[in-house]
Amino acid sequence: MTRFLLPAGAFALLVTVLFVGVQRAPEKTVIPSALIGKPAPVFTLPVLGSDQQFAADSMRGRWYIINVWGTWCAECRNEHETLLEIAGSRVLPVIGLNWKDDDKAALEWLDQLGNPYDVVAVDREGRVAIDWGVYGAPETFLVDASGTVVYRHVGPLNPEIWSRKFLDRLPQSAGGGGS
Amino acid sequence: MIAEIGHYALILALLASLAQTFFGLLGAARNSDSWIATVRPAVTAQFLMSSLALAVLIVVFVQNDFSVEYVAANSNSALPVAYRIAAVWGAHEGSLLLWAWILVAWTFAVAALSKTLPAGFAARVLGVLGLVSLGFHAFTLFTSNPFLRLDPAAPDGRDLNPLLQDPALAAHPPMLYAGYVGFAVAFAFACAAMLEGRLDQTWARWTRPWTTVAWAFLSIGIALGSWWAYYELGWGGYWFWDPVENASFMPWLVGTALIHSLAVTEKRGLFKSWTLLLAILAFSLSLLGTFLVRSGVLVSVHSFAADPTRGMFILAFLIIVIGGALTLYAWRAPLLRSEAGFEFTARESFLLFNNILLVVAAGAVLAGTMAPLIADALGLGTLSVGRQYFDPVFLLPTLPLLALSAVGIHSSWKKGRLGDRRKAILLSLVVGVLVALVLVLGAWQGATLLTPIGFALGVWLMLSALVDPIDRWRRGLSLSRGVVGMAIAHAALGMFVVSITAVESYTRERDLALAVGETGQVGEFEYRLRDLSTVEGPNYDALRGEIVVYENGREIGLLHPEKRNYWVQRQVMTEAGIDMQLTRDIFAALGEDLGAGRWSVRAQVRPLINYVWLAAFLMALGGVIAATDRRYRPESAG
Repeated sequence: MTRFLLPAGAFALLVTVLFVGVQRAPEKTVIPSALIGKPAPVFTLPVLGSDQQFAADSMRGRWYIINVWGTWCAECRNEHETLLEIAGSRVLPVIGLNWKDDDKAALEWLDQLGNPYDVVAVDREGRVAIDWGVYGAPETFLVDASGTVVYRHVGPLNPEIWSRKFLDRLPQSAGGGGS
Repeated sequence: MIAEIGHYALILALLASLAQTFFGLLGAARNSDSWIATVRPAVTAQFLMSSLALAVLIVVFVQNDFSVEYVAANSNSALPVAYRIAAVWGAHEGSLLLWAWILVAWTFAVAALSKTLPAGFAARVLGVLGLVSLGFHAFTLFTSNPFLRLDPAAPDGRDLNPLLQDPALAAHPPMLYAGYVGFAVAFAFACAAMLEGRLDQTWARWTRPWTTVAWAFLSIGIALGSWWAYYELGWGGYWFWDPVENASFMPWLVGTALIHSLAVTEKRGLFKSWTLLLAILAFSLSLLGTFLVRSGVLVSVHSFAADPTRGMFILAFLIIVIGGALTLYAWRAPLLRSEAGFEFTARESFLLFNNILLVVAAGAVLAGTMAPLIADALGLGTLSVGRQYFDPVFLLPTLPLLALSAVGIHSSWKKGRLGDRRKAILLSLVVGVLVALVLVLGAWQGATLLTPIGFALGVWLMLSALVDPIDRWRRGLSLSRGVVGMAIAHAALGMFVVSITAVESYTRERDLALAVGETGQVGEFEYRLRDLSTVEGPNYDALRGEIVVYENGREIGLLHPEKRNYWVQRQVMTEAGIDMQLTRDIFAALGEDLGAGRWSVRAQVRPLINYVWLAAFLMALGGVIAATDRRYRPESAG
């Protein structure tokens, strides 16, 4: 009679594997970046709403985050509140990378929703985003004082991700610097 | 307002399914006529409400109502109306709604056509189906509701994933789900039989046509998906052992075993517990397939929704439905005795081996699909299982299976005599071997060891399958739909094997770097990039290449591959240029801009590849013909 129990036994094993798989599924949505532990790509881009240029080199010596966004991206709207909180806490500078967007729309967006960014660099062609290995907006990278990429988050930020994935990676000394 | 009607209808459908489950299962257990009489009205109510919910979702898509979050995320005002409708099942939430609706539609059909069944048995079948739809309605409402509003409304939508803007892919999910869900009927019949503790030949005759039709839908669904990957993803092949492809293929393999084992149970009253197990497994693998795709457990090109809450919900549902059925099986199956013997070379033996080999093949695919997950769960790191594993382990059981089918379709029940058919079988084998030798030694050069084996087996099976109907027709005997359907399906399998052998053995492919006016060599073919231009579609612009292909200096094809840039999703898509010819496909896909005016071009010439999909459609056609055989019609089945 035990042979009739075999299928149920095999199914129990399968369920165990699936259970572990589901537990781990969220980790898989963190797409590992080849850039982590490597120097951040160097770039110089025009600053949104001005005729100045922004060079990534100028951030050397400070921890910062670079947030990839566009007005066409609905998830970016969802994370905007969190970005404003991050900017308000003045823990570290927030650089925006406005990706494949329209300058006028981007300025209107910041006007309406508030501007969390210290600087917004304009990547209209998406060339710099390619160097960063951007997969879709929004994405956020954490870069340390030596210009090394420490962490990458794909998808919208929220306060929990910010404190667990970003703040926990910061050394004590990086906080409070502001810009 | 209208979205709320859909939301409300979905809640009512959930309540109706609850009533259907409750009165169906308990009514039969208590043998209460009034409870049992409540089941069919509950099915009708559920069908109406579920249809209303789906209709509402279609309407909000057609109306471009971007205040509905799901519409805003998956459609756009520039999207053509046909794709706005297809966008309903373009993502997770709508797919589930469609899945549930198809299940309810099948249930409705079962309720309408099962009036001749014993009332208690029919109530149990409908009760089990109600439990499954209850799970899906609850899953949709609590984790994946497509009717939720977006406040403020989006000015325009984010557009349907351009990958999905394609006619074959618009039809792929409904077909696939119809197959998956169709196996739920066999599953419900199995559960009802186990609850009753009784299973006779009428049971198998009832279950068989439903299962065969489900199997036909699944065949078409898989073929459409495979065809889409070929020309839309620009992958240039027909099968890649991708986890999601495997997820649909495993139920197909087990379903194929099931329709054969049901034949034995119907005709001879044998294999009862085995048939029950296959009925449970076919639907379990369908659910598992849905789970793997929807939970984000497996990372694949197809996986679009990764959400652990959803994963836990489906897992719990799997435990209730599959775990429950398997427990019932362990308890009740030992009671079902098969009392009849058969000789070793009788049809029963052939079908037994057919079942064993198909289940072994499905097991091998399951092992390969789950291995990365198991390795990950045990902390052994990432493991990727590709065709180096799948090709050999799949061929090992399936090659003998082909030879067995060529002989087995001529065997008779109970007695092990092939009789006068022996000559016909041998003759078709000899023709198969001769064709293979001619092809390998003459027309097409450059074969592997498997090439002649594949051709010989395929041709043998094609001829052997047609012997019986041709013979009956010549002798003026009647041809039942069962016989015709079986012959078509098996001949199609032979055709499938021949075309796959040709594709695998004689494909020419190369990645070229071409500027306008340049020519590249691909085997005996030459690809010349004649022109590059920009064209504009309704919601994209595209770079379009014009490629002329020559064989030994003679022009044989003109291709227009495109690289499309979809505006809203900002996604670049490859639209392969394919010239479909009678005996081969000439294929080109535009790749990357290599600078200095040069583009990478993926060039392929694949013989007989279209016959792979044609064969799959013919197999499905054979299934449908066989399922409509007179002996399954209600009037004669009663």
